[in-house]
Amino acid sequence: MSLLVTKDLVKWFGDTHAVDHVNFTVKENEVLALIGSNGAGKTTLVNLISGLFRPDGGQILFRDADVTHQSVHGRIKAGIARSFQLVNLFDQLTALDNVALTIFSREGKIANLAALAASDSAVWDEAHDVLRRFGLDAKARTLAGGVSQGERKLLDVAVAFALRPKLLFLDEPTSGVSTREKAPIMDTVTSIVRSTGISATIIEHDMDVVFSYSDRIVAMHQGTILADGTPDEIRRNETVTTTLIGTRETR
Amino acid sequence: MSVPAPAPRPAAPNSRPLRIAVPIAVLLALVPLVLPPYSAILLAYGLVMAIGALGFNLLLGYTGLLSFGHSAYFGVGAYAVALMVKYLKITSMELFLVGAVVASVLITALFGVVCVRYTRIFFGILTLALSQVLWSLAFKFFWVTGGTDGLRVPTPSLFGGLVTGAGDKIAFMSHAYYYYVLIMFCACVALMWVIVNSPFGMALQAIRDNETRAEFVGVRIWRYRWVAFLVSGVFTGLAGALWVPLNGLTTPDIMHWTFSGEIVFMTVLGGFRSFAGPIIGAVVFNYLKTYAVGYTVYWQLLLGAVLVALVLSLPTGIVGTASRLVARFQGRS
Repeated sequence: MSLLVTKDLVKWFGDTHAVDHVNFTVKENEVLALIGSNGAGKTTLVNLISGLFRPDGGQILFRDADVTHQSVHGRIKAGIARSFQLVNLFDQLTALDNVALTIFSREGKIANLAALAASDSAVWDEAHDVLRRFGLDAKARTLAGGVSQGERKLLDVAVAFALRPKLLFLDEPTSGVSTREKAPIMDTVTSIVRSTGISATIIEHDMDVVFSYSDRIVAMHQGTILADGTPDEIRRNETVTTTLIGTRETR
Repeated sequence: MSVPAPAPRPAAPNSRPLRIAVPIAVLLALVPLVLPPYSAILLAYGLVMAIGALGFNLLLGYTGLLSFGHSAYFGVGAYAVALMVKYLKITSMELFLVGAVVASVLITALFGVVCVRYTRIFFGILTLALSQVLWSLAFKFFWVTGGTDGLRVPTPSLFGGLVTGAGDKIAFMSHAYYYYVLIMFCACVALMWVIVNSPFGMALQAIRDNETRAEFVGVRIWRYRWVAFLVSGVFTGLAGALWVPLNGLTTPDIMHWTFSGEIVFMTVLGGFRSFAGPIIGAVVFNYLKTYAVGYTVYWQLLLGAVLVALVLSLPTGIVGTASRLVARFQGRS
C-alpha cells in the first residue's frame, strides 16, 4: 500500500526543471533508495515533499491526505521527517539535548516556559533510549558540534527518528564518512527502520550501499524518473547502467 | 575530537543554582546594613540594569538575535510610570509595575511582529529604527512627555502603601526601595532561569544554533522568536519602571539608540554565553560609568578606553573568562 504519492510534481528554478512532472511513490515498510547523478533532482524532490520548497505544480498525497500546501510543521505532525545532506544539528547543545528537544516538540511540550525541562524524566529517558539504539549513548553529554562526522550523521538521523515518523527521508546518510564507517552506519539505520516498521527513502551515491540495503530503487535523471524497480531490476536496466551507474555495479 | 559540554543537563533538577544564588542574595541583602547609602543606591541601579540586560540576553545569548532597540522598551516602562503619575496621580509602585508591564507587552508585541521575521543585521537595524521612532515621539510630543525636560516621578509607596517615601529620600532609596529592587531582581532572575531551562528555552537555543533544523523538528520559528521578543521586552520594560523612581526623572535620553548600545555593551562585557554574564556585566558597567563620570569630564573617552581594553582582554566576557580560569585551576588540582 502506498504511503506517499506525488502526482505530476513540478519545481522550476528559472528555466531549469529541477523536478519535472514526477510521479513518485513510497510504500509502507520499505527502504527505498533514490539514486541519480548530481543535479538529477533527488534532493529537490525530498525538499518538496518535506516542505522546504513549495512546488510549482502537482500534488503530494501522504496517507491519502493532500499535504501539498501544508507547512513543515503540518507535515511533521502527519509523519514525515528528514535528515540533511550537510549535517544539520544544534551544535551548541549536547547530543542528548538534540534528541530531547525533538521529543519535547513531538509531545507538544516545547511551548512550555514555566517548567524546567530537566524535570520531565519521561522525555530524558526516551532520549537516552534513542541514543542507545543509535549507539550514541556514550556521547550523550558531548556537544553535537564535537562528535565525529560518522556520529554526527547518526545523530542527524536519530533526531529525525525521535519524531516517530511514518516516513523518514535520509539525504546521503553516509556522505563525508570513511568507507569503513559506511556499513556500520547503514546497518544501524536500516535495522532501526525495519524493526520499527517505518518507511525510509535514502538518497545515496554509493551504489554498494544502495544495492545492499534497499528494497526498491528509483533512479532520477534531469528532473524525471528514469527507472523504478527492485535492486535486481535496476541492475539489469540498461538505461540506468549506462546513464547513472556505469559498469562497476553491473558486474 | 570530542568537546565536552560546559554544563551537562542533569537528568533531574538539581540544587546547584540555589546553592550559588542564596548566599549571593544574602550578601546583597546585607549591603544597606554595612555600606553607606550611596553604595546601596548605586547597587540598586546596577540590579535594575541587570534585569534589563537579563531580558536583552534572552534574545542575544539564547535566540541569537542582536537587538539595538532595547532602549525603547526600557523607556516604555519608565514613561508608563511617569505618565501614570502625571495623568492618573498614582503613586503605588505595584500599579506602576502593572502599568509598565502592560505598556511593554503592547509595544513589544507590535514591534515583535515586524522584527522577528528577520535575522542578523536586518533584525538589528529594524529594532534600532523602531526604537528611534519612540525616541522621537518622546522628544517631540513635549506637551505629553515633557520633551527634553522629561517627566518627574516622585518617591512611590511600596507594598500596597505599607511603606511610603515620606521623609528622608536617601534613606528610603537606600533601604526600603533597595530591598524592593532586590526582591524584584531575585524574582526576575528566578523567572528567567526557569524560562531558559524550560523546553521553550531549549527551543530558542535550537533556533539560535540552526534555524532550518529547528523548523524540521517542529519548532515554529517566528512564533517562538516573537514570544522571546515579548518576554525580553517586558523584562527590560520592568527594569525601566524600577529605574525611574530611583532616578526621579525620565527623559528621552533613555530611549535613544546609544542607551541600547549600553545594554548591548553590559551584556557583552559580562558574557552573553552565560546566564550570569549580563547580570555581572550590568553591575560592573554601572560602577565603571559612575566612577568615570565622577573622575573626569572626558568620561566617555575614559569609559570607552577601559571598555575596549576589557573586551579585548576578556573576549568571552567576565563570566566566560572566570569560568575558563576556574576550569583550568580545577584541571591542575
